[in-house]
Amino acid sequence: MMAAVELDGVVKLFGPREAVAGVTLSVPAGERLALLGHNGAGKTTLMKLMLGLMPPSAGRIRVLGEAPGDVTSEARRAIGFLPESVVFQDSMTGAELIGFYARLKGRTPREGLGLLDQVGLAAAAGRRVSTYSKGMRQRLGLAQAMLGHPRLLLLDEPTSGLDPELRQAFYEIVRARAADGAAVILSSHVLTELEERTDRIAIMDHGRLVALGRLDELRRRAGLPVVVRARLRSGEEVALSVPPEAKMDTLRTLMARDPQDLGVTEPGLDDLYAYFLAEGACRS
Amino acid sequence: MSVVIILTTKEFRDGLRNRWLAATTLILLGLALGLAFLGSAPVGHVGASPLAVTVVSLASLTVFLLPLMALMLAFDAVVGEAERGTLLLLLSYPVRRWQIVVGKFLGHTALLAVATIVGYGAAGVAIAIKGGVEQWPSFVVLVASSVALGAVFLALGYLASTCVRERATAAGLAVGLWLLLVLLYDLVLLGVLAATQGQGAVGALFPWVLLVNPADVFRLLNLTGFGEVRQFSGLAGLAGDQLVRPAALVAALVAWVAVPLAVAILAFRRRPL
Repeated sequence: MMAAVELDGVVKLFGPREAVAGVTLSVPAGERLALLGHNGAGKTTLMKLMLGLMPPSAGRIRVLGEAPGDVTSEARRAIGFLPESVVFQDSMTGAELIGFYARLKGRTPREGLGLLDQVGLAAAAGRRVSTYSKGMRQRLGLAQAMLGHPRLLLLDEPTSGLDPELRQAFYEIVRARAADGAAVILSSHVLTELEERTDRIAIMDHGRLVALGRLDELRRRAGLPVVVRARLRSGEEVALSVPPEAKMDTLRTLMARDPQDLGVTEPGLDDLYAYFLAEGACRS
Repeated sequence: MSVVIILTTKEFRDGLRNRWLAATTLILLGLALGLAFLGSAPVGHVGASPLAVTVVSLASLTVFLLPLMALMLAFDAVVGEAERGTLLLLLSYPVRRWQIVVGKFLGHTALLAVATIVGYGAAGVAIAIKGGVEQWPSFVVLVASSVALGAVFLALGYLASTCVRERATAAGLAVGLWLLLVLLYDLVLLGVLAATQGQGAVGALFPWVLLVNPADVFRLLNLTGFGEVRQFSGLAGLAGDQLVRPAALVAALVAWVAVPLAVAILAFRRRPL
């Protein structure tokens, strides 16, 4: 199957500064890719490059089989984008705004209203956006990004301002879209919520891609210690930090002592993120 | 629906919604009626067409007011959207940058046109009912050229909006353009004419130097185009020379719209996000 996004040695220079420094990445259809990195790591610039809003200084970009930049192309119509801290014209109502964006994409306002319903904004559709909370604006942003059944969703910090319940609903929508075959690239600072909700993780630092893979692959690569906890019959509590390859031996040893409770904590995305950033810093 | 029409419609609706159109129409209507009925009250009855008198007064007022209104609409068009963050989302849609500028231009021009036609037109009808319809062509030219003058300053406003990085700078630039073209240009020209007594190259070039300023093109078109208006504006002598024909004046106004708009589009295409 054709990759939704293919980046090959992509470089973006702003003056002497390398905002994106030789990123190579392929995102197949139906995959949810988490793009992680500090502010200024190059995530937003990478999204702008994929949208064709700026040309790369070097390298090759293919989005949905086409070079981005041609605004009249079918590929451009098949991309949904939610910018970080999305801003709308406050004087318009939610229904008017989604209708406006729907028309720009060659879709009907009715389709837009359906999406407002999907993100739980149907009741507020007739209200001016100036009366919306941050979470409601974010949901309106998500609704506009989903106009026209996009085959690629670029979501920049999509869950900021959403409460836990709405975040859950948001990731459910993303999951459904990916199951329909859309590639989803989303950036977030809230790493823990991405662990179980994305297929692969890309970590950027100073414009470079310092890690790329599934969570288990990154864990294997990092080789960070696993914490094994046990409560023994004697009442003694044991917490051992062991290398991943020693995990099973440690568990067997503890099982031999007939524990009351046993638990394993794998390194989380927070730990992996910190590890790969430090590794990237050492390498550079 | 074409992208330009979608953007034009949105700009026009915005103007309706934030009551810009209603406020501007009322201001123009009030000024036109005030000039027509109150302005002539101290003079009493004169043998001139009231419409011709009103054209002279309104043209003098329009040349200050409409450029200011147009610049206020336009200076924010691109830089404001960029600063607020709405431009990034808009550009992620299948929209070309020239379509954004042209869409905004058509929407804003339509707003100015409706305000001017309704405001001045209603006053014109009231004056015609009271004092007769002679000189109506000069009134039609006034309304049409007022819209054109507004369009010129809209285009100049977009140019200011696309060339700078901050809204405040664009606002300053817009005020500077207004001061330069509406006030200072004529003062400088008068100074040069007075110093040289209109002799030599300055005197010969004078009509063409006026074409370099859209506000002066507007004045020439309205104050020298029609016989009775010429009398009351005190420009009968200048127009009698027929150095700048009306067609050249219209062409100058069209150029004053087209060139800044084209440069604004080029500047916007080169503008980094």
